[in-house]
Amino acid sequence: MISIEVVEKTAQILMKKAAIEIPDDYHSGLKKAAIEEDGDLSSFVLEAMLENYAAAKEDGRAMCGDTGCPRWYVKMGNEAQIIGGPVALESALRRATANATHSVPLRPNRVHPLWRTDHDNNVGIGAPEIEYAFEPDGDWIDLITVHKGGLFGTDYRMLFPSDGIEGIKRFYLDSLVAFGKRGLACQPAIIGIGLGGSKDSCMVLGKRAACLRIVGNRNPDQKIAKLEDEFKILGNSIGMGAMGFVGKSMVIDCNIEVGYCHTGGMQMSVHAFCLSSRRAVARIFGDGRVEYRTDPAWFTNYQRRETVEWQMPTAQEKST
Amino acid sequence: MANANGPRKINLSANPTPKALAELMIGDIVYLSGVVYTAREGIYARVLENGEAMPLDLPTESAANFHCSPAATQNEDGSFVLGAVTATASFRFSKWIGAWLKASGAKLIIGKGGMSPADYRDHFVPNGAVYLTTVGYGTGALLGRGVKKVRDLHWKAELGLAQAMWVLEVDKFGPFIVESDLIGNSLFERENARIAEGISKAYEGTRPAVLKRFGETDDRTDELI
Repeated sequence: MISIEVVEKTAQILMKKAAIEIPDDYHSGLKKAAIEEDGDLSSFVLEAMLENYAAAKEDGRAMCGDTGCPRWYVKMGNEAQIIGGPVALESALRRATANATHSVPLRPNRVHPLWRTDHDNNVGIGAPEIEYAFEPDGDWIDLITVHKGGLFGTDYRMLFPSDGIEGIKRFYLDSLVAFGKRGLACQPAIIGIGLGGSKDSCMVLGKRAACLRIVGNRNPDQKIAKLEDEFKILGNSIGMGAMGFVGKSMVIDCNIEVGYCHTGGMQMSVHAFCLSSRRAVARIFGDGRVEYRTDPAWFTNYQRRETVEWQMPTAQEKST
Repeated sequence: MANANGPRKINLSANPTPKALAELMIGDIVYLSGVVYTAREGIYARVLENGEAMPLDLPTESAANFHCSPAATQNEDGSFVLGAVTATASFRFSKWIGAWLKASGAKLIIGKGGMSPADYRDHFVPNGAVYLTTVGYGTGALLGRGVKKVRDLHWKAELGLAQAMWVLEVDKFGPFIVESDLIGNSLFERENARIAEGISKAYEGTRPAVLKRFGETDDRTDELI
């Protein structure tokens, strides 16, 4: 049984880690981009960002003053049990969000859309978002927080089968160019693309592709993996770099996730996970152990399953 | 990697002289010292639409308006904890900027992404103001280091921490990049034009969506702001 005190304490540590520590995969990706960048202004920006990550860690202060919108992804092994149940879990995540907003400090961003009521703690109606998934075995829960930045860089479009890959590429480029100008998307970013599903799930897939997969990771479908490689190169060939200055660092990586859609359509969403790609992960085991990491490892074979029944993984797969 | 010398770096007062302002060139890197204050839509609406009095003496106390909400909090004893500082996108404040420049006497507008060429021409140039953009965005931790003291926090109860006016004493606060100069040149406009020359190459082999949207354009020199 997992105690709610461990959940809350872990969640509060995750809020702080996400805000302050740039994940290794993104950091390495940005360092590589900084070496390859040859635009004077773009280079200056990338070097300043690298300096900023170091300053954040050294001072223990948030790397970006705009906290974005803190959100939670909770994944539960099929045997996981939490004392107090899911309601206690949600309360703990809301408390951790509010407390960390004061203690780090983070910017209290969340307000009522109409009345602009501000609780000064990033908690309110529907905030923070908490999403769930399950895995076939295990007594653990994974807590993932993402502080997703930005009012810009995300778009959705209903495409159709006849639009084909050429149409997908066009919308991808349109999104990068439109939001890349003046650096509104806070690029270079991890770009997530959602294809298929329905309008809402397409947006969810794209956001998760950007926020819950790491740099260098590839979709297990070989043909999609090839598209991911191709799209990364395409995005970096626009001629635009950081802040929309002349350069070639727009995309640190491109991740594509798909879902089955209506036979007549091909929904597409594009999401940019900004220069401060804030994510932190912990696994809480049934015996109370906590392991921290930065890879959400969200998209398992189970999450991407295609069949009616789930075939339990073989012993060999389990051990990996 | 690009030229190690990179762009020119300048230390500037937050109450700059006309001469210092005139010397700024787009693309220069600027570090500020003095006092800056945050003001965005909440403050603009209060002062310009509701006619409330400015809570401090502008521009005597500061000529630098930062479009920003810091990641900061106020303790129960009134003291402040300020962590990171990052700008917010300025184009959304276009409808107030002319009146604000007049009312506040601001000479430096600091934010994210600049403003439109029309805003520079109609409001910045006549008021002798320039626009500094933050870098990244955002170098929140570096900017946080440049804040030496929170001098004051106005309208916290009325507007909340994010929209309240933070008055900050800063030293070598930056980096910022000069986006517009005194005659209205814009760095973003210049870069957009340079990128536009080669953009069609990236689009080769793509095609427009079969289902169009109202108002859709294929002119890639267009901007969203």
